[in-house]
Amino acid sequence: MSDTAAALEATGLGMSYSRRRAAVLEDCFFRLPQGRICALVGPNGAGKSTLLRLAAGLLRPTSGEVTVLGRTPAQARERVAYVAQSKPLHPHLSVADTLRYGAVLNRAAGRWDQQAAERIAYGDEGLDPAAKIRTLSGGQRTRVALALAFGKRAELMLLDEPMADLDPLARRQLTGALMSAATEQGTTIVMSSHVIAELESSCDFLFLVAGGRLRLGGEIEEVMSAHTLLTGTAALDTSQQTVIEQRPVGRGSTALVRSHGEPVGEWLAERPTVEEVLLAHLANTEAPPLLTEDATPESVQSAQRTRSQENAA
Amino acid sequence: MTAAGTIQFRIDRRSGVATYWQIVQQTKQALRLGLLQPGDKLPTAREVVEATAINPNTVLKAYRELEREGLVEARRGLGTFVQASLGATTSLDSPYRTDLEDWVARAHEGGLDQEDMTALFDSVLNKHFPQENS
Repeated sequence: MSDTAAALEATGLGMSYSRRRAAVLEDCFFRLPQGRICALVGPNGAGKSTLLRLAAGLLRPTSGEVTVLGRTPAQARERVAYVAQSKPLHPHLSVADTLRYGAVLNRAAGRWDQQAAERIAYGDEGLDPAAKIRTLSGGQRTRVALALAFGKRAELMLLDEPMADLDPLARRQLTGALMSAATEQGTTIVMSSHVIAELESSCDFLFLVAGGRLRLGGEIEEVMSAHTLLTGTAALDTSQQTVIEQRPVGRGSTALVRSHGEPVGEWLAERPTVEEVLLAHLANTEAPPLLTEDATPESVQSAQRTRSQENAA
Repeated sequence: MTAAGTIQFRIDRRSGVATYWQIVQQTKQALRLGLLQPGDKLPTAREVVEATAINPNTVLKAYRELEREGLVEARRGLGTFVQASLGATTSLDSPYRTDLEDWVARAHEGGLDQEDMTALFDSVLNKHFPQENS
């Protein structure tokens, strides 16, 4: 990797489609280091697609900014592939024509890899090169759209709900192909989904978006280990734990917490699953957001350092 | 490639067992069964992720763990190779196995059923090797 700029970095990023309607994204700060495979999760309408379209340079933010591989989205376009949820392709072209079209459009950048594109499109019981796009199923169109992204040899792939239309076999094959590209070329991948189970084993980084704001961000291991599932009958000491969600169980309760110290009293402490952590944050939108250091923009980190130095002085 | 010498990992996403640990366990199992012998090559990270669709770092983490335990060795630019076998301790005539057979027979006479024994055995293992299964 020639530069160490973040794959994505957003500061105060906000987007509203109309002045009369509430913002779709509001005041988002985050950073995605290069070489990560990142799950972008959140409920329907949370702002996932808007975030990806902003990063792809298809939308202009109404506040704040996003940089892609250290540049503006427009400057980075040659190095980025964006696969939209609707997979817009020319319906009257054949699969082979579509790849040829991709080759022509990317020739100027000198990056097109015809073999990589064909492996995705035709390999593993793939598509008929002569088939017209309009005759393809949703999952087959996904295959063509991903073939274009691979052919482009993008350093950053932004994939909006890439697995939604795929049958389990195609899902496994195409995810495998994505992981293989990431291993060989260090490609950074962002995949959105509202089903975390679909992404959990392939991703190592996570952004949770809900209600237009970033709730969680960071390496999955690190985000998960910041949380503990406590079960017991004692009262929770809220000076030691931030309670994300608490539910009565029998005569006691079970609580998902972020710990700042040892829980007081007799608590059974367990490691929550990824799904439990995400659901708890979706249920409680008042919970303070958590961004790990890796996921925090450089500018915010230095501001935090200055502030803590001032406080110390 | 599924030619002789290549092992394939089966990842169970619902087992609750960490993915890297499943790879570690399955490699050890292959060593115990003699499917892998010293000198054999493990599949590359790229081959594993292509077949299983898991994150490449998970494979690397598993291989590092196997290396730490002295079971495999990474040779730069060549791949990861088996260094030690795990056959001796679990073979049919191992003294540990004979001891365990005796113990199971006695526990059965004492009224323990299979589930009781599994629970007891697990709790003793967890006491001796805390954290390792998470």
